[in-house]
Amino acid sequence: MSPKFEELTVGQEIGTRSIEVTRQDLVKYAGASGDFNPIHWNEAFATSVELPGVIAHGMFTMGSAVQLVSDWAGDPAAVVDYQTRFTKPVLVADTTGTDEAGAVIDVTGVVGALDAEAGTVRIDLTVVAAGQKVLMKSQAVVKVS
Amino acid sequence: MSINPDLQGRSYPAAEVYDVGREKIREFAKAVKASNPAHFDVETARAMGHSDLVAPPTFAIIVAQRADAQLVEDPESGIDFSRVVHADQRFTHHRAIVAGDRLVAELHVDGVRAMGGGAMITTRSEIFALDGNDDREKVATTTSSILVRGEGQ
Repeated sequence: MSPKFEELTVGQEIGTRSIEVTRQDLVKYAGASGDFNPIHWNEAFATSVELPGVIAHGMFTMGSAVQLVSDWAGDPAAVVDYQTRFTKPVLVADTTGTDEAGAVIDVTGVVGALDAEAGTVRIDLTVVAAGQKVLMKSQAVVKVS
Repeated sequence: MSINPDLQGRSYPAAEVYDVGREKIREFAKAVKASNPAHFDVETARAMGHSDLVAPPTFAIIVAQRADAQLVEDPESGIDFSRVVHADQRFTHHRAIVAGDRLVAELHVDGVRAMGGGAMITTRSEIFALDGNDDREKVATTTSSILVRGEGQ
């Protein structure tokens, strides 16, 4: 079910998603993306460079947050533009060997703007972890029919 | 060591070709917790009108960060990778990336700005797909700013 342009209004919510993150997820993302910066998997290294602990790749947060939009659009190729600012790091606690998440990222998407000429809708994402907005100006432009 | 201000305006030409494979698309999609069948099932992707599996919207970061590595690893740049924090990122897709694409990226250093003891560096990757004759088709433009933290930042 793809969204229909004429049925959309600015301010309308497209959905929410809660993403549980573990240290293992960061290792998987490191391998998948090729970003092996140790601040994303080694506590001692992260604190040695004055970070509070191991933090998620900003691109992990950006990449997982947009799934809400891809699924809403139906076809991920409909996401023609996607941008964000990384404002706060997502600290991921070491919960290895337990069922606990090391962090939880909550994503909400609302229709931010409609462009009838281009046939696109801008989805504005609110992305929160530990009570703080971790992404700002997180906007995905989606082509709709 | 501080950031070399002469980096601004520098370009790095397209280096090696990145071959987009189905398993890499599946691996990356799983890593960003994507479940859309267009990333996993070739028949579904084709039914949607794509030639093969569709890459997730941020997949181009793999190619862009390989291009960025040329700058970060350039001994003249003065960038300490362990002090790099990603500040912002944008993807503009001219068409979707699909399995089977042969991609190259041209890197442009659009901005270098001193910030405290560190610097903010903005780069842009122009990503092209090569066809059988090595002709280029524009696929994506990515822009990224990294903050290289100075001591105590």
